[in-house]
Amino acid sequence: MLDKFERNVIITALTVSALFIFSIFYALGARRQDVSECLPYNKTYETARVEQIDAKTYQIYYVARMWNFEPAISYIPVGSEVDLFVTSLDVVHGFNVFDKNVNLMAVPGGVAKTTVTFTEPGVYKIVCHEFCGTGHQNMEAEIIVNYPRK
Amino acid sequence: MQVSRPIRNILLIELFVPILLLTLGIYHGLMQVIYRSGVIQRTSVAGLDYYQGLTLHGVINAIVLTTFFAVAFGHATMIFYTKREPNKTATLVSMLLMVIGTGLAAAAILAGKASVLYTFYPPLKAHPAFYIGTAMLIVGSWVPYFDWIRMYLSWKREHPQESTPVAVIGTLVNFTIWFVCTLAVAYEVLVMLVPWSLGWTQEINIMLARTLFWFFGHALVYFWLLPSYIMFYTILPKLAGGKLYSGNAGRIAFFIFLILSIPIGVHHQFGDPSIGRGVKLTQSILTFGVAIPSFITAFTIAASLEYAARKRGATGLWSWIWKLPFFRKDVFLFGYLINGLILFIFGGLTGLVNASYSLNNVVHNTSFIPGHFHLTVGGPVFLAILGMSIYMLSQLTGRRIYAPVLNTIVPYLWTVGVLIFSAGLMYGGLIGEPRRTNMGLTYLNPSSEQFNPYWVVSSMLGLAGGGIMFTAGLLYFISFFGTCFRKRSAAPEIDLPVSETLHEERRVPLLDSFKPWLAIMGLIIFLTYAPAISDAINNTNRKAPPYKPTDPVPVVRK
Ligand code: HEM
Ligand SMILES: [Cu+2]
Ligand SMILES: [Cu+2]
Repeated sequence: MLDKFERNVIITALTVSALFIFSIFYALGARRQDVSECLPYNKTYETARVEQIDAKTYQIYYVARMWNFEPAISYIPVGSEVDLFVTSLDVVHGFNVFDKNVNLMAVPGGVAKTTVTFTEPGVYKIVCHEFCGTGHQNMEAEIIVNYPRK
Repeated sequence: MQVSRPIRNILLIELFVPILLLTLGIYHGLMQVIYRSGVIQRTSVAGLDYYQGLTLHGVINAIVLTTFFAVAFGHATMIFYTKREPNKTATLVSMLLMVIGTGLAAAAILAGKASVLYTFYPPLKAHPAFYIGTAMLIVGSWVPYFDWIRMYLSWKREHPQESTPVAVIGTLVNFTIWFVCTLAVAYEVLVMLVPWSLGWTQEINIMLARTLFWFFGHALVYFWLLPSYIMFYTILPKLAGGKLYSGNAGRIAFFIFLILSIPIGVHHQFGDPSIGRGVKLTQSILTFGVAIPSFITAFTIAASLEYAARKRGATGLWSWIWKLPFFRKDVFLFGYLINGLILFIFGGLTGLVNASYSLNNVVHNTSFIPGHFHLTVGGPVFLAILGMSIYMLSQLTGRRIYAPVLNTIVPYLWTVGVLIFSAGLMYGGLIGEPRRTNMGLTYLNPSSEQFNPYWVVSSMLGLAGGGIMFTAGLLYFISFFGTCFRKRSAAPEIDLPVSETLHEERRVPLLDSFKPWLAIMGLIIFLTYAPAISDAINNTNRKAPPYKPTDPVPVVRK
């Protein structure tokens, strides 16, 4: 049923796929690149705030609403590890932090969470990238790393 | 072969209605690249708001056009290969449901009461007519499926020893996937959204709605794609002047699609809360499984084309390619299909990027995504639909194609346009340009505080490519509608090019029977989706009331 060429092609296709899948695990294990954590939801996520856990560890609780994020601006010292929690109090919003490969959905009734380390100072823009109504194109926030010192 | 007049007319309506609406879809495609590049900095143009137009663009191009075409082309393949006609009443009812449903949804969008985009994620709420119309379109497309099963079984009884033709397997596989996946979205729409949008229920679980939507949403893209695959296997080799390298490869590919198209939908929800990482990783890996039939297809079709070219006297390792019948008016369909295949090389590879679990963090919901899928649904899918629609229009009316030169160059022009367009959008996506955004108002508006100069080049490339795509679309409309106005010059018929297989192939019972594959399909879906749905239900502790896209205060029931 299979001729030589077909067999070779199937072997190649399987090898290439295996390579891709290996890369996923490599990124996951060695590079600690993961998707949103799955947490059960509760009311405390509905309060926007920045919490300092210790000198280098912060938690930011984002609340998305039509059409802004709170906290709109947060200040973090350079080198901090930051847990980001994101939820929405109305419709679905998106949450994309520039240059950081943080890409979450803010869904009412659920909380997305990821952890990111800011090693470079700068202003990191956050853009809403899910259509959330007529003001969607205005919806931005910022994480300011190290400047201005607060 | 001859087709009875009522069936012929229904098929013609099913080809004509979506192409007519497509004029609006393509118009707003052009508008989108104009708004997004900041050339215009307005919320609406000519009475059509950006997001209202984007809803039209998605619904018409990706739902209406594709569904109507899948039904019309499904009828054509089933009629042609089983030499049987579908039931006239059922065919008529199906067409009416689809046309009326489309009309309802279009009316709701045009009235500005359903600017929720084609994914209609709650808690954004559309007018109930939008949901009901969409549901009617889907239910209408179910009707012929059951009729085709009848035609297939009756054909089988007459030909117990023969392998079922690849096109018939493909069509039945496609509509089986469609029927199963649309059950989930039918539940979402009819049980959750319609009562909620009418104010009969207060609040719904948004994560559950999203998960049900994506149960449907990824399979949807294979529903778009499989008619093109049927053409690649059964028609393209013949047009090239050769034979199909292996028919059984096609059968294997279609059955893998059957079992793996649905249980991977969570790969659209990597960034979502409430769904466990294990579910996400599993479905990411299964997505690579469904890439296998595309690899098989790429090889089989390339081999078939090479065979055809060598039969035409070609030599050389690569130079045989130039012996293929490019730019030939008499085999214009070849141009549509081959350009689609070329685009799909890029579309498929970028799709693997999207599917790659944490790599998805780089691209999710950026303009990389529309960049990718204009190379898939805007590539092989769209070009096959255009080519086959005008081909069937010409045959079923017995009219010669108007402006055949235009019709012949359309796919080449489109390909150039879409490559530039997608390069721009994907580049923009990699530097954070968001999708689904009227960027002209803020990010691409130099007088706005939010202006972001990084996205100027990428959105300009999108504009340039989009302009070329729009031109290709116009040329096609001239040819298509011009053909409608010609005089009949031949007897109406359906006659699809048929590729023979290169080698004599014995019937392989496993590849000619649906039962074992359906059982595996059910099992995998259950194993992957039971945990996803239970996660969505158990980790979501607050339900949501409906919101209008214009208003941050929920719609209260009164
Ligand atoms: C002139 C040709 C076209 C142009 C210039 C064009 C342009 C665009 C642009 C710029 C977007 C992104 C808008 C945004 O996210 O803000 C978009 C979205 C989309 N396009 Fe096209 N397009 C064209 C044709 C098509 C065709 C032929 C199809 C399918 C057959 C298609 C399917 C879609 C879909 C499904 C979306 C996503 C809508 C959404 O995000 O809700 N487009 N198009
Ligand atoms: Cu938004
Ligand atoms: Cu998908």
